[in-house]
Formats: sequence, C-alpha cells, structure tokens
Amino acid sequence: MDVTTVVIGAGHAGLAASHFLSARSIDHVVLERGEVANSWRRERWDSLRLLTPNWQSRLPGHHYEGDDPDGYMTMGEVVEFIERFAAVTAAPVRTSCAVTSVRRVDEGYVIETSTGPLRCRTVIIASGACNRPVVPAFSSALPSSVEQFTPFDYRAPSKLPEGGVLVVGASATGVQLAAELQRSGRPVTLSVGEHTRLPRTYRGKDILWWMATSGIWDQRYDEIDDLTRARRLPSPQLAGTPSTLDLNALTDLGVQLVGRWAAVRDSRALFSGGLRNVFALADLKLQRLLETFDGGSPVTPTRVPASSRLQLDLGSGEIRSVVWATGFRPVYDWLDVPVVSAKGHLEHDGGVLASPGLYALGLPVLRRRKSTFIHGIEDDARDIVDHLSGHLSGHLAG
Amino acid sequence: MTTVENGVNVQALLDARTALQSAPEAAQFTWRATSKWDHGVHSTTRVQQFYGLGQEQSHKTESVFDADHPAVFAAEDNGITPIEYLLVGLAGCLTAGVASVAQNRGIQLRSVDAVVEGKHDIRGILGADSDVRNGFNDIKVTFTIDADASKADIEALVAQSQKRSAVFDALTNPTDVTVEVA
Repeated sequence: MDVTTVVIGAGHAGLAASHFLSARSIDHVVLERGEVANSWRRERWDSLRLLTPNWQSRLPGHHYEGDDPDGYMTMGEVVEFIERFAAVTAAPVRTSCAVTSVRRVDEGYVIETSTGPLRCRTVIIASGACNRPVVPAFSSALPSSVEQFTPFDYRAPSKLPEGGVLVVGASATGVQLAAELQRSGRPVTLSVGEHTRLPRTYRGKDILWWMATSGIWDQRYDEIDDLTRARRLPSPQLAGTPSTLDLNALTDLGVQLVGRWAAVRDSRALFSGGLRNVFALADLKLQRLLETFDGGSPVTPTRVPASSRLQLDLGSGEIRSVVWATGFRPVYDWLDVPVVSAKGHLEHDGGVLASPGLYALGLPVLRRRKSTFIHGIEDDARDIVDHLSGHLSGHLAG
Repeated sequence: MTTVENGVNVQALLDARTALQSAPEAAQFTWRATSKWDHGVHSTTRVQQFYGLGQEQSHKTESVFDADHPAVFAAEDNGITPIEYLLVGLAGCLTAGVASVAQNRGIQLRSVDAVVEGKHDIRGILGADSDVRNGFNDIKVTFTIDADASKADIEALVAQSQKRSAVFDALTNPTDVTVEVA
C-alpha cells in the first residue's frame, strides 16, 4: 500500500475529509486534477457570488473573519477562503494530478492518475456534483445562426452577441444570468420549468438563517420521504445579493417568461403551456416552507404573463443566443467500480458505497439537506471519516 | 387516525411505481382506438384493446364513441365534436389525479366537480384567417372540491394532479404525431 486513504478532489469537501483524516492520524493524500478549489476558479461566471451569507461560510475550525457577515463572497474570496483552509490544515494535496481510473483489488483500490498509479485501502470521492453542464438533446437541432452557451462557457454578458437571449432554466443559475443579460440591454426570454422559489430575506433575516434555525438543513437523508426527488431538486432561485431575485423581480426587469422548452420543430422552439401550474406549485411550496418557520405570511403569487408565447422562431433573428441553465451532472467515467446507476449517479447510502472502503462526499442531500453547502460539509465529512475509520479497524482486526 | 376512503388503491399504484423502476420495458403501454366513417362528418370510434406490462390487455367491455358536429355546423349531431373529446380526457385525467393524490395524502373527498372550457376560434379550421390556429386558444378548468382539507391543501391537490397528468402534458406540450395511409 502506498497510502491508507486517497481523497479525490481538493474542493471544500475533499479538504474537510482531509481535516478529519488528519485528526484521526489516517495517512492520506488529496488528488486534485487542477488547483485547490479548481471549479470555483475555472467553472464559474465573473459576477457570481456565493448564495450563502458570509457568517454561514465555515469549514471545520475555520470561519469567515471579515467585517461584512451579511455579505456574499465573490468567487475570488471563495477561492481564498478554501485555500486558507487547505493551508491551515496542511492538507496533503497533490495538484495537477488527474484520476483516470479507480479499480478494486483484494486489499483496497488501485488509482491510476496522470502522474502514475497509487494503491490504497480506502477512497473518498469528493469530485463534485457539477462536473458537466446538462444540455437537452434537441440543442443539436438549433439553427447555427443561434450561438449556444453553457454556464461553463459563460463569463459575462459581453461574451454574447447583441440581441435577444433565450435563457433556459429558472434555478439559481438561470435567474441570475437572465437578470444580468437583461440589464446588459439584451432582451431576455426565460424558459421556466419546475423551480424552487425563495425570497432572499424573510421578516428581515436571510432565508438561509431561517433554514438553519428551523432545523430543515440538519434534516437527515434517512428522514426524508422522497429522497430521490430531494437529491435532484434544482437549486433554489437565490442570488448572492441583498434583494430577492424571483420571477416577479425578473418580470419587473422586463424579462419575458415562457413555459418549459419542450421541443424544436422546423427551427421553432416549442414551449409548454403549463406555466401557470409550475408557478402554483412553487408558490404553494414556498408558502408551506414559511409556515414551518413561524406560521408564515401570505406569499405574493408569481404573476402570470398576460399571454405567454408557446413558440418562438429561432431563425427570425429575434434570438441571437441561447444559454442553457439546465443543470449539471457528475462524471464518473474514470470509476471502474460498479457503483454508478444507469442514470450516471453514484448509488450510496449516506455517502457509503456498496464497495467496501469506498465513500462519497459533497453530493446533494448526501447525509443531510445541507450537504452540498460549504457549511454543510463538516458534519458529513466527520460521519464519513468515522465510518472509514471503523472499516479500517475492522480490516486490521480481521 | 380515521381511514380515508376515496376508492383509489394507492398502495397498488405505489407498488407498481417501485416494480417498474427496475423494469422500464413493462412500463411501455400502447393505447389504441379504431374508427370508422359512418356518413357526413359522423364517425364511430371503438376502444377496447391496449398493450402494457409486456402483453396485450383488454378493457372489460368495448366503449363506442360517436363523433359528429352540431347543427350549427350544418351536421347531424350524432355525437360530440372531436375537440370536445379532448375536454372529456382532460377532465377525467385531472379528476382521477385529484382523487389519487387526496388518497395518498389522507384527504377525504366528499365531492369533486370540474367545469372545463376550451376557447376555440373556428376561423382557423374554416380557413377563414390563416393567422388563427386550428386548435384551442386556451383551456380553463375550474374545480369545486368539498373535502376535509384547507383551501391551501386543496389547491396543492389540484396542482399536483396537473403535475402528474398524462392529458395535461399531452395538451400543454408538443407531441410527435405521424399520420399515414396504410
């Protein structure tokens, strides 16, 4: 064995795992394809700020120390925050080391990397949930006159041609890009499917304060009725700004709302006529959430456009670019252990995989509702390293 | 806790959902209707056989539907117009959804009534104005529900029934349709 534990990925999740491994004196190495906090550096747009307020940004033994606890970090600040954590914890990170294969052998695993193989007893996969943007298959049917962007290619409005933009998807990414593109003078049409509506503040406090105080975020994965659904919920309509960025705010900015983009036929985008119901579902869910906080106050309904368009001619020149804010997926093409579902997701029980000694961290609702948030990783990482440690002692005893 | 009885076997549906998750091929159904022209714009459509769970299936009895047009269309009115059948389908589907979701959520229903209205500009089908579409311009469904539940819970029932409705989806989203001559 070269090392007891290999952690894949030096983001906040991998580094939190490293912290608890060190605390238990389990020798390990953190393999990172790029640099520490790589995706925060390279796979985010310029204006993005963290969705969680600064006071909530904490990693094990490490928290925000600036003078703006209610503010939201820029990407540069997030990278610094994670880098500082890596330095303080002296995490054994090996950068520019891409994992190309993980294979099970009798005593553990063989990890093939861009800098050579490594043998270990246990592996923690912390490679993130958003490795690749998801784009619908009909994107290939769009006329070539329309430029297409994913959140990975998008940096700022100036990168897009002048003229109309069709933003697809109304989760955190879609609403933020729609707002910034509309403000840049490009008329935006936003295609809206099922979404999670959240106000930035409620009764003067950040909505995420309410989520934490009410205990929702600590809710465990094995206490959630429909876990499959909870794990694939799109990110809520939030932005790292003091004001709410919901669909009513976008309508006020002049963004035109249309239904879920269902198909392309003869260069025409066809949208669902079910917009009213996705609004109703989101409004009802928000109302129920506020009621769990403090009895709730009436939610202003999402305003339905007087007439929402059901189709749009993509060849007319009205739309010059399409931005796909249609979600992300993890990539496990390097994982040669049968723990990936037909749909490409890890099959795990609270981060424990069916292959002994193999673990995951940093996935949606991995062990708690807060699992993917920076402050949510501490409890998960502690639990996973506890389990891993138990596995090792069993292994040594046996 | 009192037992809610809306007559929907939710357990069977939940069991089917679990079973079909690992057997997607059994979930592939084909619904069929066969029609015959009678006279004028009157036709008769029969429905009995369908395919599903890996084999041919059959309704208990055959259902026969007459489609025609009313006298104001200068027709004999032997049955409702074909586009009205879409309203029948939508009402039936959403109402079934309301009952199923209510059962699943432990809500006792006493009555569920719906009025379904489809706004239709017939200049489209007459070719009188090429800017007017052939189909409905919009459809409005109004439910009146008496149940042991708050207004918000009833609204959530109706929203959820749309979310899981085959006919709501078929009407609000485009479907690839092939029509050919045998």
